[in-house]
Amino acid sequence: MKKSRDDYLTLFFISIIGFYILISLAFPMYAILSKSFENKDGEFIGLENYQSYFENSSLVYSIYNSLFVSIVTMVITISLAFVFAYALTKSRMAGKGVFRSIAMIPILVPSLLSGISLIYLFGKQGIFRELLMGYEIYGPIGIIIAEVFYTFPHALLIIVTALSIGDARLYEAAKVLRSKSIRTFFTVTLPSAKYGVISAAFVVFTLVITDFGIPKVIGGNYNVLAVDVYKQVIGQQNFEMGAVVSMVLVFPALIAFAVDRIVQRKQVAILTSRSVVHEPNESKTFDRIMFGYCSLISALILTILGMCLYASLVTFWPYNLTLSLKNYQFDLMDGGGWDSYYNSIRMASYTAVFGTIAVFAGAYFVEKARSLKTGRSILHLLSMMPMAIPGLVLGLAYIFFFNHPDNPLNFLYGTMAILVICTITHFYTVSHLTALTSLKQIDNEFEHVSSSLKQPFYKTFFRVTVPISLPAIFEIGIYFFVNAMTTVSAVVFLYSSKTTLASVAVLNMDDAGDIAPAAAMGMMIFYTNAAVRIVYVLITKKILVRFQNWRVKTT
Amino acid sequence: MDQYLSVKNVVKYFGKFQALNNINFDVNEGEFVCILGPSGCGKTTLLRVIAGLESQSEGTIQQNNNDISLLPPDQRDFGIVFQSYALFPNLTVKDNISFGLKTRKQNRNEIDSRVDELLKLVGLSDHINKYSAQLSGGEQQRVALARALAPSPGLLLLDEPLSALDAKVRQHLRLEIKNLQKQLGVTTIMVTHDQEEALTMADRIILMNNGVIEQEGSPQDIYSKPTTAFSANFIGTTNLFKAKKISSNSIEIHGSVLECNDNINDDVSTVTIRPEDIKISNSGEDKNILSGTIKELEFLGSNIRGHIEVNFDSDKAIVLCNIASEYIQNNNIQTNASINISLQPHAIKIVKD
Repeated sequence: MKKSRDDYLTLFFISIIGFYILISLAFPMYAILSKSFENKDGEFIGLENYQSYFENSSLVYSIYNSLFVSIVTMVITISLAFVFAYALTKSRMAGKGVFRSIAMIPILVPSLLSGISLIYLFGKQGIFRELLMGYEIYGPIGIIIAEVFYTFPHALLIIVTALSIGDARLYEAAKVLRSKSIRTFFTVTLPSAKYGVISAAFVVFTLVITDFGIPKVIGGNYNVLAVDVYKQVIGQQNFEMGAVVSMVLVFPALIAFAVDRIVQRKQVAILTSRSVVHEPNESKTFDRIMFGYCSLISALILTILGMCLYASLVTFWPYNLTLSLKNYQFDLMDGGGWDSYYNSIRMASYTAVFGTIAVFAGAYFVEKARSLKTGRSILHLLSMMPMAIPGLVLGLAYIFFFNHPDNPLNFLYGTMAILVICTITHFYTVSHLTALTSLKQIDNEFEHVSSSLKQPFYKTFFRVTVPISLPAIFEIGIYFFVNAMTTVSAVVFLYSSKTTLASVAVLNMDDAGDIAPAAAMGMMIFYTNAAVRIVYVLITKKILVRFQNWRVKTT
Repeated sequence: MDQYLSVKNVVKYFGKFQALNNINFDVNEGEFVCILGPSGCGKTTLLRVIAGLESQSEGTIQQNNNDISLLPPDQRDFGIVFQSYALFPNLTVKDNISFGLKTRKQNRNEIDSRVDELLKLVGLSDHINKYSAQLSGGEQQRVALARALAPSPGLLLLDEPLSALDAKVRQHLRLEIKNLQKQLGVTTIMVTHDQEEALTMADRIILMNNGVIEQEGSPQDIYSKPTTAFSANFIGTTNLFKAKKISSNSIEIHGSVLECNDNINDDVSTVTIRPEDIKISNSGEDKNILSGTIKELEFLGSNIRGHIEVNFDSDKAIVLCNIASEYIQNNNIQTNASINISLQPHAIKIVKD
């Protein structure tokens, strides 16, 4: 068939977005892979680096450590999150909205903040250190507690979704057949949530094994893979070994990613458009137990956050407990001062704006374009890849790729732009999936009607698709912003003295022993993210309603 | 009447699956053609090929003497209404209808008067500023129709336009669309799986099955002169029998020799007899009389359909036949009663397998 103007435009935009992902992901990943086969002079030496890696027992032991904390965290987080999600979806307890909001708090702070909090709670001068009965918080115990805090909301979101798609008709059938509630749980609830739980487990596993902030802050001498990458690069300037450890780290992350994708596909099949939402029955005892449980978990989350808040306001822990803003005088410390906070705001804003545009446009072409079937599949595949790459590895790969003297894009190195590019790419996949889900709900025939009316696709895009998708677009923007504020791993290798960031400042101040200012900077990130979320809720409630009045049936 | 659209030798493959197999037909200017068939017969694919939303694997399509086979949809001249209506939910009725008018450099007054004209045409002038969520299904359908007609396309394509509506609304809209189409004289192709819809609306029906055209003709012809067993069975209800030729005007079914009017050629193998053409026979004047037992009586409203186990010469077989309710009441007929029926010669029609 002949190509119309729409087809050429589609080809043009798909190429741009595809090219962007190639440059920001595929080429850097190739650079880091080839680096792992080179010596310091850049000569190809085959598997020699890998050989010396596996001969170094302390490095190899990190693999075991990483797997250990990841698996233990996975089991604990999934168990806690499942009960919490069950309470939110299948009980009629009071305060569901409040519990849900509290459970989301860890998403709004950098992961290492929970580590700092644990130091105040259980460290050498901690308030509750006796509770550890002689054990040290520095090490696997601290890492696991902090990782559970950090991964809890991620697991909760997935499991809540899985549990809430449980079809009410199945519950009614079970009731009519006089099935006991335990049996209903095992025959109806669990099977329909099964894939969600598995998917959540792999997400938690990947988050923990690739996280570097928490083990850095509270790991003590307990080495894990992610910290090894950091130490090889920053500590020993051994970039080749950093590349080798990165490849070792990518391996489990890739497997987890593959399993998660397969499982997600099965999950979708359960969801039919005819499913009816299940409304739980009232049961006083059950609701009370669930209320108690959620209160306990919420209290723990608030304790960790509250401890940080308190520590950031105390003048000099533990000797002078008067409250002051002394720790917020960042300009007096290392780490870039208040400038890093403003840099973070700028970086997060750029990421939110450009990331949302790229993701939504990309998803639109993948889902809605009429022509270029192959091109669209390739774009989709490229969009899924960032999820499999740990942030730390991506950051290191950027050094190798963009800092290469022969790269014409070399000028980006050390700028704000490279931080934005890296962050957008790091968080691309989840946003892409959010956009796809939203676009799939829009009738595909809109595009056909427009072309029959001789309208270019971009007219439909701006007049119809974008307005309908506004809630999802805002959701993606917020996701980019919040994550850009909190991310450490993706940017820790890439900031320059002019582009220091708040989240990195938390890390560096903690490293320099300024733990209280680190907590204070972490809290600044929390305040900012919380404020953004609150503004978002107000926007969706008030302003969006005005522009979206077509959603309301008035007759 | 001039030939407006001409589909020639169109073949469409999806991978190895052949969705359309050598489709040929013409549509005259101003004609209302229905493409009718069971789900999966390829009718929607055919419509999408005509619209350019799918590209055919082989064959050509001509519209108004231009070869449009390779043109993308936005360079073809048609308006389309989908089963889902696909109304833009965030635009008002007015903005939906004027969506296709804006780039044609018409000034605002022209556009407004065109929208008013179309709204009057579909009887929705009061709803001009409403959103689609505020309209009933039938109203949304009419807005979609008005939007498709707004740029005055040469060809109107309707893809199952009524199947999402309630039975009553559907009956009403059938007539309305048909009248609108006549009034505007726009050449129209409608795809449907509903035989009643096709019979009441179409000037001509194209009956499809398994990617091929089974039969083509006026609704009356398709109903009363089915050429294939599929046509006879798909439209209305019928009795199909395997048959053997005996002479130029007689055949044999289940061992019984029956007289018939149809001109019999040699390869006859199947005949169809409509239930309403079978007569309850009490006199010896009727031809082809067979005895049987009533196995079931099915209430259809004005009629009652008898399932009669007929004693053919070599074995028994169930024959469906319509019996007037009055007759059943007057004669106090019940199941298991014996009855004589006449398979009248003019009712026996020979079809291809």
